[in-house]
Amino acid sequence: MNAQAVPVVIFFAAIFTNNILLSNYLGMCSFLSVSREIKTSVGLGVAVIFVMTCTSMLNWVVYHGILVPLGLEYLRFIVFIIVIAAFVQLVEMIIERVSEVLYAALGIFLPLITVNCAILGVSLFMVIREYTFIESFTFGLGSGIGWFLAIMAMAGIRQKLKRARVPHGLEGAGITLIITGMMALAFMGFSGMLPIG
Amino acid sequence: MSTALLISVGAISGISAFLALLMVIADATIANYGEVKITINKDKELNVRGGKPLLGTLMEEGIFIPSACGGRGSCGLCKVKVTEGAGQYLPTELPWMSDEEQAEGIRLSCQLKVKNDMFIEIPEELFNVKEFRGTVSSIRDLTHDIKEVTLELIEPAEIDMTAGQFIQLQTPEYELTDEPVYRAYSVASNTKDKRHIELEIRLVPNGICTTYVHNYMKEGDEVTFNGPYGEFYLRNTDREIVFIAGGSGMAPIKAILLNMADAGNSRRARYFFGAKSKRDLFLVEEMRELEKRLPNFTFIPALSNPEPDDNWDGETGLITDVVAKHLESGDNVEAYLCGSPGMIDACIKVLTDKGVPEELIYYDKFG
Repeated sequence: MNAQAVPVVIFFAAIFTNNILLSNYLGMCSFLSVSREIKTSVGLGVAVIFVMTCTSMLNWVVYHGILVPLGLEYLRFIVFIIVIAAFVQLVEMIIERVSEVLYAALGIFLPLITVNCAILGVSLFMVIREYTFIESFTFGLGSGIGWFLAIMAMAGIRQKLKRARVPHGLEGAGITLIITGMMALAFMGFSGMLPIG
Repeated sequence: MSTALLISVGAISGISAFLALLMVIADATIANYGEVKITINKDKELNVRGGKPLLGTLMEEGIFIPSACGGRGSCGLCKVKVTEGAGQYLPTELPWMSDEEQAEGIRLSCQLKVKNDMFIEIPEELFNVKEFRGTVSSIRDLTHDIKEVTLELIEPAEIDMTAGQFIQLQTPEYELTDEPVYRAYSVASNTKDKRHIELEIRLVPNGICTTYVHNYMKEGDEVTFNGPYGEFYLRNTDREIVFIAGGSGMAPIKAILLNMADAGNSRRARYFFGAKSKRDLFLVEEMRELEKRLPNFTFIPALSNPEPDDNWDGETGLITDVVAKHLESGDNVEAYLCGSPGMIDACIKVLTDKGVPEELIYYDKFG
């Protein structure tokens, strides 16, 4: 779709100008519920980076290796979801068995992001924008890092917010959504710098 | 056309089957922790299949740990003391744990998975606790701010409890709460009727559960509760009994009295019930009825602030003063108190001054 989109550009664009959370508003549910503390946000953020990178590559292989040759592109929604769910489940099982420390830091968040729409979104964008395998990898990694940055920033703000007097009706998700909107506006300043579609 | 259909169905089935097979293999190898042993309170041993959270594992064995969120780690209620075999704390547990609890080995049982032999401690009373579903069969006003709610049990169909015990009623998500919460209410009905329970619920301004019951609950609604809990029941002695209650504290004492009437209990019993004015007084006729059935029982309602048009000729004054006036000596007395913390503390003082041994004063404090 876009000739000048080289992997490096895609990588940085996915982090800043086309941040999956702040420009596409994907992955909001876990973003809203787990952004209370920086520590847990880091855990979830790292898990998202890992899963996004792996599933975008995996889904690229499945899409171009199975769906395209059979002419079944329209089934990608279902297939991607199944692949993501199975992959996350497997990784969780392995981590839990192998390392207690890693499980405590990362594994516990994996079930939360099985149904994270940002993960599916990355795989679908990769198809729409006709990325190559390498581009899909950098896009997945970049989007993951972008999501991680967004939730970190939000957790930092919300920790400060604990001492603020928020109007009763806006407590919790309400004020978080407003802040997300402001962050999105700020990130709009980057838009157009790296066009990737 | 039909080949296209076959290809798509075949491809989806193939991919799904492959992944399913992968999961089954992983489940049987990677996630297989074999049979592990959970030792409860040092004496009871359970052999269970490892790999699942402690909360669910115990539930399968018929041990119900109270939990409001159903294992999502968002209510922090399902705490269990694990003395051995737990491993390190998970980030999902830490928000609910104080430093003291961490030092003691308290864990969130819905997050902690059973992977090896474990030693845990649970209060004995929880062994009998179950989760019940029921429907609201009637709601009626007892006073301007107390409602009597009758629940008919669906599943399990019967509850075994001792008169005076309480249950925890679940309030579902609604305007005032993002997630289900549980509040404790004493059961007021005769425990002989195992298919129904009756609760007396006073409206607390901005109270999550009481507002729900008063303003949202309708007859026919399905509700969830768990129980029974509590050590507030009649001790089997020959001592004289003094009951003291205020407001919805009526509930457990009514249950105990109904139970006594059925058993033909002839112990001397007096029931002091405190209210502000006549409009806060309820179930007086039922109590008078019980006076006829129980040879040595007297009901003594007292109003602290009767309205002029109440035409009140009974006791007036604070419940503590009325108790002090009627009780000659506390030497042969045991007391059962149910009401607000302030009332209970004040009554304990009066009773101990009269010579009632402190260990024979039983109470349920509801904030």
